[in-house]
Amino acid sequence: MKVTEKDVAYVADLANLELTPEESTRMVADLNSILDHIDKLNQLDTANVEPLVEVASSFTSARCQGSERFAYAERADEVKPGLSREIALANAPDTNGTCFKVPKVIER
Amino acid sequence: MNINTLTIAAARALVQSRQVSARALAEAHYDQIAGRDETIGSFLTLTRERALGQAESIDRLAEKGDPLPPLAGVPVAFKDVLMTRGVRTTAGSRFLDKFIAPYDATAVAQVEAAGAICLGKLNCDEFAMGSSNENSAFYPVRNPRDTTRVPGGSSGGAAAAVAAGFAVATLGSDTGGSIRQPAAFCGVVGILPTYGRVSRYGLIAFASSLDHVGPLARSVEDAATLLEVISGRDSLDSTSADVPVGTYSSECGREVKGLRIGIPGEYFAEGLDPEIRQAIELRIDGLRRAGCEIVSISLPHTEYAIPVYYIVATAEASANLARFDGVRYTTRSPQAKTLSDMYRRSRDEGFGAEVKRRILLGTYALSAGYYDAYYLKAQQVRTLLTRDFHNAFTSVDAIVTPVTPTPAFKLGEKTDDPMAMYLSDIYTVTANLAGIPGISLPCGNNRDGLPLGIQILGKHFDEATLIRLAHAIEQDQQ
Repeated sequence: MKVTEKDVAYVADLANLELTPEESTRMVADLNSILDHIDKLNQLDTANVEPLVEVASSFTSARCQGSERFAYAERADEVKPGLSREIALANAPDTNGTCFKVPKVIER
Repeated sequence: MNINTLTIAAARALVQSRQVSARALAEAHYDQIAGRDETIGSFLTLTRERALGQAESIDRLAEKGDPLPPLAGVPVAFKDVLMTRGVRTTAGSRFLDKFIAPYDATAVAQVEAAGAICLGKLNCDEFAMGSSNENSAFYPVRNPRDTTRVPGGSSGGAAAAVAAGFAVATLGSDTGGSIRQPAAFCGVVGILPTYGRVSRYGLIAFASSLDHVGPLARSVEDAATLLEVISGRDSLDSTSADVPVGTYSSECGREVKGLRIGIPGEYFAEGLDPEIRQAIELRIDGLRRAGCEIVSISLPHTEYAIPVYYIVATAEASANLARFDGVRYTTRSPQAKTLSDMYRRSRDEGFGAEVKRRILLGTYALSAGYYDAYYLKAQQVRTLLTRDFHNAFTSVDAIVTPVTPTPAFKLGEKTDDPMAMYLSDIYTVTANLAGIPGISLPCGNNRDGLPLGIQILGKHFDEATLIRLAHAIEQDQQ
């Protein structure tokens, strides 16, 4: 058992998830079964292996160095039309017409 | 006109020659959907108004005798992780049950600009997380070839709709096999484009370094035509690559003689269904007869792909899904009294079990004390897996493998065991991890009449060779 109920509660807290006691029991079992499988990675010595950080690294532009490789992604810093406030707020559960509204953050 | 076998070229020709109007073609598809989708469950939303409006403008063009755009009048549908302006877009989740997309995904806009008719939005696993479509928050999709079986996932609706004659072609998304596996289970063609080939703008993100948008269709040529339309650099997606787009459909029919095909032993090891193995060997023989050189190769880190995938994908998902917090996206728990209460309760009520499982696993893998052991380790092994492919492609032009270890399984068969479900992606996650393209196409049926699939993997941005080979395999079966 790598993961206990306490670990699941801690991680759920980090992820802003609320779990029922039944859900929590199920997650402990599932995470342990998945992590057991993932342990297979420890068979490999990766001390001298660079982690992969960009999927496209080998073909963006092989001859360029550093940030030059991403020159294609640059654009002029110009103001362009975006979503209107009305559309941007349209899916919100609660607004005052100009802002998103949320429950009180600080209790008095 | 047989609506179940209609291709893009045939549909367009019918509309151009005014034998059938785009409107009638759309209506005929809606009739099929009305007749059978109650059983199949492939659509979540029908967009009749949008479709008929689009059909009307195509019919007006056809009436004038003007040359029509490449997808003119072709009835299509989009997986519900792709944004469609003004239309409900749910990602298969309760959380987004009432979400109306404020803009179009680039791929959607491109397909519609090419004259296609949008019939509706397709069912999928919640946030594209699943291999059977049973994680849809609304209803599961059933395999049109055998309704006791799953269509695969997560683009289950996208594959089933093409197989059932509900749409000529569809767009799906593939993060670990979500286009290719359902294509194989339903007997259709699906393409995973190279990472960066197709814009991800407007695709509801699951795992950003693994997500791809791609086509599903009835023939290799149709899939290639659709790929041509959606490929290319998009300034709205900084990871989309500035690499020239090929005329992919013209690859169909080109000779395959002289191409070197790698067969990786690791993909044909224990666990592969014998009928799938046999069907693929038959197709490999066909390629050999056509003049391809068949070479045994090794991709030695294949067995580590599933563990790497389920760390990387869940870690990225835990970050991407943080945006669903009760502030912006329709769902907020009515019971929440405080801000933190609102986050928790909204997420608890909005997300299904698999989504929570993956967020928890990803958060765990990224949390203090475990980051090095899990996330960093997985990204290191991802480098090794990618190197396997780079090494292989120094000596071969393409790699042929199975898509899935088994044909379509029964509904409910794997729902209690997440690990068993994850292992059904064993031959598909590798391409997403390395960012290389892949195509899945039918290669016959098993003795119960279930479709079997064959996969071709290629070099970065070499979709052309995949399509050439896939078309040769398709022809070999006719």
